[in-house]
Amino acid sequence: MMLVFFAYFALVSIASGVLTVSLRHPVHCALALLALLLHVSGLFILLNAEFLWAVQVIVYVGAILVLYLFVLMLMNLKTDERYFHPSALYFVGPAVLGAVYVLFLLLQSPFDGAKGTAPASAVLQDGDTYAVGIKMFSDHILQFEIVGIFLLGAIIGAIVLAKAPKPLDPKEERL
Amino acid sequence: MIPLSAYTAVSAVLFMTGLLGVLVRRNFIIVLMSVEMMLNAANINLVAFSHYLESMAGQLVALFVIAIAAGEAAIGLAIIIVVFRSKISTNVDEMNLLKW
Repeated sequence: MMLVFFAYFALVSIASGVLTVSLRHPVHCALALLALLLHVSGLFILLNAEFLWAVQVIVYVGAILVLYLFVLMLMNLKTDERYFHPSALYFVGPAVLGAVYVLFLLLQSPFDGAKGTAPASAVLQDGDTYAVGIKMFSDHILQFEIVGIFLLGAIIGAIVLAKAPKPLDPKEERL
Repeated sequence: MIPLSAYTAVSAVLFMTGLLGVLVRRNFIIVLMSVEMMLNAANINLVAFSHYLESMAGQLVALFVIAIAAGEAAIGLAIIIVVFRSKISTNVDEMNLLKW
């Protein structure tokens, strides 16, 4: 059953990722990205990361993607006729070859390492949110504060950048 | 039980697709979407290793990555709006000036 769900989420997220890169109209790309993000959140569920699932749906799908769609519709772009870079073909061949090689290496490596202190049974006992909260506010509180300051700076920066410019003096109007 | 390498394979394919999008697309907004896709691929890797190696640190880093992605989207889209106001274009090939 896990395998069926994993195959579904993996295949749909890869397909919608390819669509995000290859579709012509930017709004269609954004909707393909929506499908990608939702299916990646499904993968998080399979990995017992319910809190990250909620954050992914709320922050990525609810905030970031809506911001993208808002800007796209604000700009009302016309579709480019030549939407790929002219030298795209030179990238595609080596990229596909490299991807196949990396996949070959990945699928045959065992990936073992030192185990941590949070096995799945211990996480499931109190829930993933509890485990994430305990870990974050005991060991990683400084990073948490830094992210808060970073987000504050991002908000201020976005407002300052996107603010409507002051009306120009008629004398020095440049248009 | 799904092997860990299956998750890393999905993540690698998504990352490659996003990298390809950054390299070949010319619309700045779609380039930013491809960057989001690459960040998501990294998140899959982090959460998968966090699950299989039984440590919570991976999920925390994934949370921080999501926060950074939110900030990056806000700043990137603000820059796009500023450029769009003066140039009426979002083509990355036409953005070659640091100062107007």
